Amino acid sequence: MAENSVASRLQGTGAFALELEGVGRQFGALVALAGIDMRIAAGERRAVLGSNGAGKTTLFNTITGDFLPTSGRIRFFGEDITTLPAHERIRRGLRRTYQISQLFKGLSVIDSIFLACRGVSRRRFSLLRPAATDVNMVQAQSILHAVHLEAERDILVATLSHGQQRQLEIALALAGAPRFILFDEPAAGLSPTERRDLVAILNALPKHIGYVIIEHDLDVALRVSERVSMMHNGRLFKEGTPEEIENDPEVQEIYLGGRHG
Amino acid sequence: MATTDLPAASAAKGNWFERIGAGHFLLAVALLVYPAVASDFFLTQIGGYSLVLGMLALSLMMLAGYGGMVSLAQITVAGVAGYAVAIFGENGANVLGFGWPWWIVVPWAVLLASIASALIGWIAVRTQGIYTIMITLAIATAIFYFAQQNYAIFNGFSGFAGVRAPQFWGVDWRAPLPFYYLCLGIAVLAYVAVLYGARSTFGLTLQAVRDNPRRMRAIGYDVTAHKVFAWFIAGIVAGLAGVLMVWFNGRISPGTIGVGAAINILIIAVIGGMRHPIGPFIGAVVVVLMQTFAIDIVGAQRFNTLIGLVFLAIVFFSPDGILGLWERIKPHLAQEGLRPGG
Repeated sequence: MAENSVASRLQGTGAFALELEGVGRQFGALVALAGIDMRIAAGERRAVLGSNGAGKTTLFNTITGDFLPTSGRIRFFGEDITTLPAHERIRRGLRRTYQISQLFKGLSVIDSIFLACRGVSRRRFSLLRPAATDVNMVQAQSILHAVHLEAERDILVATLSHGQQRQLEIALALAGAPRFILFDEPAAGLSPTERRDLVAILNALPKHIGYVIIEHDLDVALRVSERVSMMHNGRLFKEGTPEEIENDPEVQEIYLGGRHG
Repeated sequence: MATTDLPAASAAKGNWFERIGAGHFLLAVALLVYPAVASDFFLTQIGGYSLVLGMLALSLMMLAGYGGMVSLAQITVAGVAGYAVAIFGENGANVLGFGWPWWIVVPWAVLLASIASALIGWIAVRTQGIYTIMITLAIATAIFYFAQQNYAIFNGFSGFAGVRAPQFWGVDWRAPLPFYYLCLGIAVLAYVAVLYGARSTFGLTLQAVRDNPRRMRAIGYDVTAHKVFAWFIAGIVAGLAGVLMVWFNGRISPGTIGVGAAINILIIAVIGGMRHPIGPFIGAVVVVLMQTFAIDIVGAQRFNTLIGLVFLAIVFFSPDGILGLWERIKPHLAQEGLRPGG
């Protein structure tokens, strides 16, 4: 027992942002994730590709604690977070975006980002109004700038366009000094121009922030990632550089249904 | 950046009249001079009582409007404060009545009420929507029956009579005029606090939890803790109303915290509207006026029918209550004003 914990602690001292060991998740008889092993270095940018139902979003949900895995362990910067509640993982520097925007429709854009900045600080229960000079408000303002939403600062989130809502999704994940981000199809439903914007935003992220991105648009996925993992039926079956994956015949067979343009 | 912020900030601070708003200013004047034109009956039974019920509905509005949690247990929380005043202060029932001075009893009663509210919330936040209503109704009913059947603490069916408001600074605070101003002062305090608090960090977190609890967790918030804290704060408002309520009635019994009374608070909040903290007070005035005068209009047999019909009409025509009705009419009035010569 003692040896085990020492071994696991030694394992955890590596420079890995995220380590998954045999992570599985079942919904009744359905096996959504079947023993995923994955190691992602700090600062690494990884794309996860796979057809619909491959288990990509389920993988994200187990990592962020939206629900617990039924087997396996998850470490975040060496710390075992397998059973931590979602908000505790966030406070350790993990962030995510959602495939379908999960926003606060009744709040303004700036208030939403402010809350995301405040979420990892100690004054979450403050009964005072934040001043314009409040440190979290200043952070929110700079994130607003980073995701090109300054003109929408005081607009109600419900009235934003789809593209702007996707940008706000990203803004919420950038708030509060993240160390690692999970992007779940950030380009879904975006126009070509907005996609170019998105690629620019992702490539402009500070180098120490690593991420995993789920993306169906190969143009986006391969341009913003250093390594690619392929998923199918709840398993990882291939890993490589974007070039290797793009030219792999098996990948083309399963995911692309032949050569893509 | 600082240079652009400064003038705006000083302008906002300097022009306090604009910040308060003409509507609030007129309302304040009207409420302050109301005693000059109102009889004792209108001062206490309509004015004071509306303010007390308005505060109770305000505590519900905080939970439901900002937090998305509709509670039927607000009268129960007020009841905890009311019973605490009777038990720890003085009462005429010769049961308990520790005789503590009012300045200890009042904060103590409000604290007990907020703790009770937090506990009810702690149970209720595991549910959502209609189930929150059901579980708070169940809790309210359980406490009603417990109070009715327990004689050692709650003195059973008859409860406590002879609970008097304190007399200090040479004022009898249950006399019509002082009682009205007392209710007004505390109600304004609660109203301003809620209005200010809605834009505070916690107020924003509460509205964000209402809109999307899952996302709140994903930006680092313990959603359950924030909901329970909201119940605690709402408990302070309901507790203060409970103290005023027991002073107003001079007594408290299980009937005060029954199911009918619980639903009455919800009706007030719905009639007034739950989008703004003024809504509950508007609803309270309307309901108190109806409950007082419907008997004169349609007789003792049918007065509840009239109240029910008004409730139905408002819910049918404006789901956001009288407040929503006003928000729909306001743009049209502004248009009229814009017309040349009109």
